[in-house]
Amino acid sequence: MKAFSYVSAADVPAALRAISTEPNAKFIGGGTNLVDLMREEIERPDTIIDITRLPLSGVEELPGGGVRIGAMVRNSHLAAHRLIRTRYPMLSQAVLTGASAQLRNMATVGGNLLQRTRCLYFYDGAAACSKREPGRGCDAIGGFTRGHAILGASEACVATHPSDMCVALAALDATVVAESVRGVRRIPMTEFHVLPGDTPDVETTLAADELVTAVELPEIPVAATSAYRKVRDRASYAFALVSVAAALETTDGAISAVRLALGGVAAKPWRAHQAERVLLGAPATDETFERAADAELAPAVAQSQNAFKIELARRVIVATLRRLHTEGSAA
Amino acid sequence: MDVRMGGRPVVEIRMRVNGVMESLDLEPRVSLLDALREHLGLTGTKKGCDQGACGACTVLVDGERINSCLALAVQYDGRAITTIEGVADGEHTHPLQSAFVRHDGFQCGYCTSGQICSAIGMLAEHGAGAPSAVTEHLSADTIELSDAEIRERMSGNLCRCGAYNGIVGAIREVASGESGRDVMEAAR
Repeated sequence: MKAFSYVSAADVPAALRAISTEPNAKFIGGGTNLVDLMREEIERPDTIIDITRLPLSGVEELPGGGVRIGAMVRNSHLAAHRLIRTRYPMLSQAVLTGASAQLRNMATVGGNLLQRTRCLYFYDGAAACSKREPGRGCDAIGGFTRGHAILGASEACVATHPSDMCVALAALDATVVAESVRGVRRIPMTEFHVLPGDTPDVETTLAADELVTAVELPEIPVAATSAYRKVRDRASYAFALVSVAAALETTDGAISAVRLALGGVAAKPWRAHQAERVLLGAPATDETFERAADAELAPAVAQSQNAFKIELARRVIVATLRRLHTEGSAA
Repeated sequence: MDVRMGGRPVVEIRMRVNGVMESLDLEPRVSLLDALREHLGLTGTKKGCDQGACGACTVLVDGERINSCLALAVQYDGRAITTIEGVADGEHTHPLQSAFVRHDGFQCGYCTSGQICSAIGMLAEHGAGAPSAVTEHLSADTIELSDAEIRERMSGNLCRCGAYNGIVGAIREVASGESGRDVMEAAR
C-alpha cells in the first residue's frame, strides 16, 4: 500500500474543507472496500479523510413520512433498525444478504453506495481494464464472465455493481443527499450510478469533492409488503448472480402498487421500469409476472459464459412476485 | 501528524486492548491486524486472506466483531479491542473456548481465534434482537437461534479443515445453556 496522510474530520464542514483543499484526497468510512483497493494500489490517495466520527449515524423519521438514514450508519445497524424492518423489509433483507456480519459491522451506508465492482479483471493489475485505466480495453469480454452484466453493458466494460443495499434503495425511490462547499444536492438513487458507456471509470454522478451525508426513503406503503431475494454460488457470503428487490400490493386481484429492481445484472442497481409498467393494473398472476420479466429482459445480452443469468433473472422475478402475492412479505 | 520512522509520517494512537491501555506510533497504512500482531505481539489473531474474505482476523471492537485486516488502526483510536488473548477470565477459559474443545470445533486451529471472537460477537447481536438473512419474520421480537441461524450468522468465518459441524455444536451448546448468558454479559 502506498503511504498516505491521515486526517480525521470532526464535523461535515471540516470534511468538506479538507476534501476541497487536500490534493488527491479520498474520504474513508468503514474501509471495507477502499482499504482493499489501496492494498492492491488500484486506489492511490495521498490523503485519506476519516469521516467515521461525523455526526451522521442516525436513522430517523422524516416529517410527513419517510425515513432519513445518516451516511455513517453502519450496515448492521441499518438492517436491524425497527423502522427499516417493519416499513422497508426488502432493505433489511438486502443489507443482511450482503457481505458477512463482521463486514456489515464496519461498512457504512455512504460507503456501500460507493463500492466498486468486484470484477476479477478490475482487480488483476495484469489484465486490461478500462475502469482502472481508461481506454485500455476489457479482458473480461470473452473471459470468465459468470458474474458479469446482461443489461446496460458496453464494449468498454461489462462489470456489475456489487451492492445489495443499492438494489433495494433503487426500488424504494430513495434520494441520496450530497454536500460540498458549494452546497447541498439531492440525487435520485436511480440517477446516482451510471452505465459504463465509453467511460467505465465514471461510476456515479457524485463529484469528487462531494460527501454523501444521508439517504432518504420516501413514505411508500407498498414497501411494507416487500422482499429481497438473492441467488448466488453459495448460500451466504457471496455476491449476487441475480437478485430481485420487489414490493407488491393487490386490490381485488389486480396489482395496485409495485416496485421492482434487479441486482447482479448491470453496472448499476437496475430499476425495472419496463416490468413495473406491465405489472401495474394487471391481474396478479404468473402470466403477468412472466410477461413483466420478459419485458424487462428483452434487451438483455449475454456474455460468453453468463447466458444462464437471463433465464435466472426471469425465474427469480416471477418467483419473488408470486411469493409476495401468495405469502406476503418477510416482515 | 508527526514524522518519524525513516521519514514516514506516523500517528500516535491509544487503544484499550484486552483491558490494557496501549499507546502506539503507527503509519496510517498499518492495519489493526498488523498493529495487534506486529506491534503489540498479540499473535493469537490470525492473518488468513488479508482481504476480508475469511474471518481469521476477527476481533471485537467495543463488543462488536469486525475484520481487523480491513481496518486501519488509526481509525480505531480510543476504542476498546478484545482479541482471543482477552476472552478468558483469568485461569478460566471462555465458555466458547471450552465448548470448541469439547465439540472438536477445529482441526488445524488457524481459524479458531477468529471463530471464537466472531461467535462472542454473534451471540451479543442475537441477544440484542438483530435479525439475519435467514430470519423468517423480520419484525419478530425474539428470534430462535436455530442451526440455520448459527450457520448464516457465522458465514463470515471460513474453516478450511471443515470443522463446521463441531463449530455449530459448540456455539449451540453455549447459546442454549447457562453459559450463553455469561457470553453475552462478557461481550457488553
